[in-house]
Amino acid sequence: MDLSAINPILLIAALMSAATPILLAATGELVAERAGVLNLGVEGMMIVGAICGFAIAVETNSPVVGFVAAAIGGALLSLLFAFLTQVTLANQVASGLALTLFGLGLSALLGQGYVGIKPPRMPDVNFGFLGDIPIIGPILFSHDPILYVGIAVVAAVWATLKFTRMGLVLRAVGENHDAAHALGYKVVRIRTLAIMFGGACAGMGGAYISLIRVPQWTEGMTAGVGWIALALVVFASWKPWRVLLGAYLFGGITQLQLNLQGAGVAIPVEYLAMSPYVITIVVLVVLSADKSAAPGSLGRTFHASN
Amino acid sequence: MLRLEKRPQPSRLFAYATPVLAVLATFFFGGLLFAALGKDPVQSIVTIFWDPLFGEFSFFYRPQLLIKGAPLVLIAIGLSLGFKAGIWNIGAEGQYIMGALFGAGVGLAFYPAESALIFPAMVLAGAFGGWIWAMIPAVLKVKFGTNEILVSLMLVYVAEQFLASMSLGLLRNPDGMGFPGSRNLQQYPSAHNADLIANTGMHWGVVAAMIAVIFAYVLLARHRLGFAIRVTGEAPRAARFSGVNPNRLIIFCLGTSGMLAGLAGLFEVSGPAGQVGIDFNAGYGFTAIIVAFLGRLHPVGIVLAGLLMALTYIGGDIAQGQLGLPAAAIQVFQGMLLFFLLALDLFTNYRLRFGRTEVA
Repeated sequence: MDLSAINPILLIAALMSAATPILLAATGELVAERAGVLNLGVEGMMIVGAICGFAIAVETNSPVVGFVAAAIGGALLSLLFAFLTQVTLANQVASGLALTLFGLGLSALLGQGYVGIKPPRMPDVNFGFLGDIPIIGPILFSHDPILYVGIAVVAAVWATLKFTRMGLVLRAVGENHDAAHALGYKVVRIRTLAIMFGGACAGMGGAYISLIRVPQWTEGMTAGVGWIALALVVFASWKPWRVLLGAYLFGGITQLQLNLQGAGVAIPVEYLAMSPYVITIVVLVVLSADKSAAPGSLGRTFHASN
Repeated sequence: MLRLEKRPQPSRLFAYATPVLAVLATFFFGGLLFAALGKDPVQSIVTIFWDPLFGEFSFFYRPQLLIKGAPLVLIAIGLSLGFKAGIWNIGAEGQYIMGALFGAGVGLAFYPAESALIFPAMVLAGAFGGWIWAMIPAVLKVKFGTNEILVSLMLVYVAEQFLASMSLGLLRNPDGMGFPGSRNLQQYPSAHNADLIANTGMHWGVVAAMIAVIFAYVLLARHRLGFAIRVTGEAPRAARFSGVNPNRLIIFCLGTSGMLAGLAGLFEVSGPAGQVGIDFNAGYGFTAIIVAFLGRLHPVGIVLAGLLMALTYIGGDIAQGQLGLPAAAIQVFQGMLLFFLLALDLFTNYRLRFGRTEVA
C-alpha cells in the first residue's frame, strides 16, 4: 500500500469530473421535483443519453454534437414519462421504473455496434496563464467544457427558481397544483417542460460518463449513478447549491475509492466499490429527519376534474 | 375535443382488459421494432410466443417455462403485497442475490457431507438472507422515515459487489483452478435442487411459488392483514383511523417480499444455475416488477403474467439463435409492455368523452 501515490490536488481535480454526471442528472431531477413530479427514470434517461451522445459523437466525430444529441435523446425519452404521468395519469413511481427498465434495454439495443470503439476526445478549455497558477490552476482551470456547463446549469437553475417569474410559477405548480391551476397556470404543460429539462440534463450526465469519464460504451455503464442522483436531490433538500455540494461529496468518495484501489489498500476492491452506495444510504438516513423542504404536490397526480 | 371524465367506480371490464390490450399493443409496436431491426415482424412474434409452446422443439422448451417463471412469480407475489399498500420494494434483485449467497453458503459449508437436512437448512438460510436484506430498508423507513425505494435500490449494487467478492473469495471453488465461482451444487446431491419429476422443470422453487400464490390469495381475500394492506393502499388516512399500524405493515410487506426473493435466489443457485458466480443474477428482481404490475397485483394474474414473461425470455433466446435478434430487443419489448399497461390503465378510472370542455 502506498498512500503517498494519492496526490490531493489531482484528487480534487478528478472529483470535480467524477461529480459532473451526478450533478447534471440531479439538477435536472431537482427542477422536475420542484414542479411536483417524481421521476424515478433518471437512470434510464442517463443511459440512453450515454449511448445517444456516444453514437452521435462517434458518427460526427464531434463530442459537442454528441452532447447536444444526448440532451435531445434524454428529453425525448422523458417525454414518454411525461405522456404516462401527465396525459394518461399513470402512477409516477411505476412509470419512472418503467422508464428505467425500458431505457436500459433501448440503450443496449442502440449500442450494439459501438462496443470497443474510442469516442473523439473533448479538448480541455484553455484558460491561458490561469492554468499555470499553482494548486488553484490544476483544480479549477484544467477541465473539459461540460464540467463548467454543469456548474453553470446549477447557477442558472438557482437564479431562475429564486428570482424569475418562471421560477415562481414552477414552484407554485410543485407546491400546490390545484391552487396553481385555479390561478390559470397550465399545470400539465409546465410539468411536461420540467420533465423534459430533467431528461435533457440526465442525458448530458450520461454522455459525460460515456464520452469523458470512461471514454467507451458498455451496457449498463451508468451503474446506479442515476439513483444516486435521485438520492442527492433529497440530500440537497431541493436546493440547487446543495446539489453541487452533495455531488462533490459523492464525486470525492467515488474518486477516493478508485485511488485507494489503485494504491493497493488492504481492503478488497469489491468493498471499496460498494462504498458510494453504502454512504448514500447513510446520508439518506442522517438527512431523512427533515422532509419539510419537499414540494407539497410531489408525486401526486393532477387532473383538472378532481 | 376529447376530454377525460372520472368514472364513479373503476371499470371492472377495463381492469381485466387492460393487460390483454397492453399485450396486443406490445405485439404491434414490438413487431414494428423488429421490422426496424430488419427482421420479419410476424415471424419474430411467432418465434417468440408460439414456437416455445407448440413448435417442433417445444418438448425441450416447455420445462423452461417453469424454470424461468417460478422465480418471477415468487418475487412478484412478494412485491405485489407491498405495491398494493404503497410500499415500494425495488431492491428484489439484491434480496435475490443475498438469498442465493446465504443458501449456497450454508450448503457449501457442509460439503461434502451428505444429509437430508442440508437442503432444508439451505432453504431457511436463503429465506433469511433475502429477509435480512429487505429488513435494512424496512427498519430505516420505520425508524427514520428513509425512502425505501432508494435504499432498497442502493442495496442491489451493494449485493452485486458482495456477490463478486464471494465468488472470488470465501465461496470460491478450491478445486476450480483459480477461476471465479463456487462449487457446482448440481454435483452435490444433498444441496441440489433437482427436478422433482425428471425433465419437467418442476423443482422445489415451482412448489414454493405455488404455495406463495395460494398464501397471497388467502391473505388478501380472507385475512385481516390483507384487508389492512388494501386499505392502506387506497386510503392511508382511513387505514390509520381503522387501527392499521403502518410500521408493522412496512416490516411485514418488505420482509415477506425479501424472503420470497431470497427463496427464489436459493432455488435458482441450487438448481438451474448451479453455482455462485459473478454474473449469477439475471435481472429477475427487476423483471418481477413488470410481472407484478402486468398481473394487476393479483395472485392469479401474477401467475399468468409470470408465465408470459418467462415465455419472452425463452422465445427471446430462440429468436436470438434463429433470427439473430439481439437480446436487448426482448428487454425493450418487456419495457414496452409495462408502458402500454400503465398508459391503458387510464381507462379503468376514466372514460373518454367527446365534446367541448365545459367551463367550470
